[in-house]
Amino acid sequence: MSARQVVLERIRQALAADPPTPTDQGVARTYRTKGRHEPGATALLDLLEERTLDYRAAFLRATPELLATQIAAALADGLARAQDGGGHVIPRILVPPGLDRQWVSEADGEIVADDATLTPATLDTMHAVVTACALAIAETGTIVLDGSSDQGRRMATLIPDLHICVVHGRQVVGTVPEALARLDASRPMTFISGPSATSDIELDRVEGVHGPRQLIVVLLTGVP
Amino acid sequence: MTPDPPAYAPHDVGGLHTGMTFPEAARAALGDSQLRRNLRAATATIRSKRSAVVAEVEDWEELREAGKQIKADAMSRLPELLEQLEEQVTARHGVVHWARDATEANRIVTDLVVATGAREVVKVKSMATQEIGLNEALDAAGIAAYETDLAELIVQLGHDFPSHILVPAIHRNRSEIRDIFLREMPDVDPGLDDEPRVLAMAARRHLRRKFLEARVAISGANFAVAETGTLVVVESEGNGRMCLTLPETLITVMGIEKVLPQWTDLEVFLQLLPRSSTGERMNPYTSMWTGVTPGDGPQAFHLVLLDNGRSATLADERGREVLHCIRCSACLNVCPVYERTGGHAYGSVYPGPIGAVLTPQLTGIATSPTLPYASTLCGACYEVCPVKIDIPSVLVHLRARHVEEQRREHQMPTAEAIAMAATAWAMEQPRRWARVQRFSRLGRLLSRRGRITRLPPPLSAWTSSRDLPAPPEQTFREWWAETHPGDPN
Repeated sequence: MSARQVVLERIRQALAADPPTPTDQGVARTYRTKGRHEPGATALLDLLEERTLDYRAAFLRATPELLATQIAAALADGLARAQDGGGHVIPRILVPPGLDRQWVSEADGEIVADDATLTPATLDTMHAVVTACALAIAETGTIVLDGSSDQGRRMATLIPDLHICVVHGRQVVGTVPEALARLDASRPMTFISGPSATSDIELDRVEGVHGPRQLIVVLLTGVP
Repeated sequence: MTPDPPAYAPHDVGGLHTGMTFPEAARAALGDSQLRRNLRAATATIRSKRSAVVAEVEDWEELREAGKQIKADAMSRLPELLEQLEEQVTARHGVVHWARDATEANRIVTDLVVATGAREVVKVKSMATQEIGLNEALDAAGIAAYETDLAELIVQLGHDFPSHILVPAIHRNRSEIRDIFLREMPDVDPGLDDEPRVLAMAARRHLRRKFLEARVAISGANFAVAETGTLVVVESEGNGRMCLTLPETLITVMGIEKVLPQWTDLEVFLQLLPRSSTGERMNPYTSMWTGVTPGDGPQAFHLVLLDNGRSATLADERGREVLHCIRCSACLNVCPVYERTGGHAYGSVYPGPIGAVLTPQLTGIATSPTLPYASTLCGACYEVCPVKIDIPSVLVHLRARHVEEQRREHQMPTAEAIAMAATAWAMEQPRRWARVQRFSRLGRLLSRRGRITRLPPPLSAWTSSRDLPAPPEQTFREWWAETHPGDPN
C-alpha cells in the first residue's frame, strides 16, 4: 500500500472505532459576520486610522486632487527617515504595472515599473514601493493585497524598505468575515497589519525586521 | 478485521522525545533563577496583552465555540477533506506527498531538496518540521537549513532547544542573545549592544543575503482549506513572506489535522489565533497561496501531509480533541507549572499544557509517561484556549490510560492502585478511619523539626521530591472528644 492509502486507512479505522457525533445542523456561526457599519462609513475610516496608528504605521488622508502631492510628500518624508536610504542618491520607486501613474506623477525620484522580470537582488536596490490594495479591515487595522495589477506580485511589496499603500474609502470593511467574503481564495494574498515586527526578545515589540520597516497607509476619499 | 495497533510517532527521530522525564528535567529548570526571571517577565507581559485584545471582542465566546465545532467537524470527515485538499492543490500545479511518520517525511523533503541541486534551504518557523527533526535529517544529507524566524535563529545559533511554541527563545534575555550573536554571526558589529531593536537589525542584515539567494524554502502551515486548496501562514517579521515568495521551490510540511473544510472557516481562526497568540488584533503578515501562481512566487510547490501519531491520537475518543490545537500557545503563558519550569522540562517540541496532552498521544503514553502528571489541573489553560480544548479533562483521562496500560502490562496493580484501594478500605468505616489516623502518629518518630524528609520504600518515592509535615500529636477527633465532653460526636 502507498503511504497515502495507509494514512487514509488509519484515519478511517480511528474514526470507525469511536465515531464522532455528527454535527447535523452544521457549525453554529453565531458570531458577528458583519459589523455595525456599511463599508466606507466614516466611523470605519476613523477606526482604520486609529488601529493603523496603533501598529506604529503612518496614516494619511487624501483627496483625488491632492493625492499625487501627498504621496510625493510621504515618499520624501519616509525616505528621509529610512536608515539606509542614503540622502544623496536618486530614490528608486517601484510601482506595479497596473498602478495609476498619476499617483506618483509628482514623486521625486526614478519610477521603476515592475515587469516581473526584476530579480530579488534588483528589487533590493529599490527604496520604496507604491501600491493600491484589495481592501482594508478597520477593526484589525489590516490592508489586504491580492496580486491584482495595481498591487503587483508579492515580492514587490516585501523587499523595498518603505511601502506606501493607497486605500479607497469604499474598500474599508469593518470585520474579518466581511473581508473574506469579498476576497478570491485562488489569488495569492498578503494581509498586512502594520510594519514588520518581532516580539521575540523578551516579548518587547520592535517594528521593522525583514519586511518593509515603514508602512504608510494613504486613505483616499472623495472619489466621485 | 482486527484493527492495527496504533501507529505512534517513532521514538528515535524528531523532537517529541528528548529522553528525560518531566521531574528530572524540571528539577534542573527550577534551580535556574535566571530562567525563572526571564519566564516570569515574558509570560506576564503576554498575558496582559492577550487579555486586553480578547476583552474588546464582543463575540469572543461565539468565535471560540465556532472554532471548536469547525475543528470537530473537520476531524469527523478528515479522509474526504484531505482528498479534497489534495485534488485542489494538484489542480493548481502543486504536488502532494503523504508521510506515515517523521522518518518518511524527512526522506521526502530531503529527496525534493536534493533534486533541486540546492545545498542550502531557508526555513519559516514550523512546529511540524521541528517535530520530525527535519534540520538534522537535512544536515545528514549535507544540506544546511537556516532558520529565519528571529527566535528560531537565536535557538539555532545558540545550539539550543526551543522552549515555547510561539517564542522559542523565551528562556533567553537580551544580554544572553547579544552574546550568542557576537559569538555566532561572523559579520556582526563587535560593539553590538543588547537593545532589542539593535539585535533585530543585526538579524535582518545577517539573513538578507540568504533570502535573496535562496532557491528552496521550507515552511509549515497554520491552515489549509480543503474547498479551495489554499495554504495559510501567519507570522510577524516578514521572514515568512521572504521564504514563501522569493525561492523557486517551496516545500510545506503540514500535520493532517490542520485542514479546514471551507474558506469561510478562516474568518473564525484569523480572529482567534493572533489575539490568543501574540496578543495582537492581527499579526503583521498573513500569507495565503493556492498551488502555483504563474509569475508570482515559487513556481514549484510541494505539500507534505504528515501523520506521525496523529491518526493514533484520533483513535482516542476522549483525547482526540487535542488535534483541534492551532498552536497559539496561550495555554503556556497562563500555566503556573510552565511559568516555573519553562519549556525544556517537557522534553518535547510541544511544551506546556498542550504539550502534556499532545506529546504522549503522538508517541504513545509509554514513551512520555510523566507528561500527563505535569500539571496542577488548575484549569487556566482551558479558560484561554481559543478552540476550547478541555486540557484538564484530557490530562486526567491520560493519567487513567497510563495506570490502565501499566496494569495490563505488568498483570499486577501499581503502587497507586494499592494505595488507593487501601485508603478506600480505611475510609469505609468511621471507626476504622479513626484507628488509622491514630496509627499515623507513628510517623512522628520519623520527623525532624516537624517535617518528614525521608520515608522508607516504597513511600520514599513521595519524599524524594517533597517533604511531608509530621502528623499532629492529636487527631481532630481526639481533640474534639477532649474539648467537647459529653458530645456524642
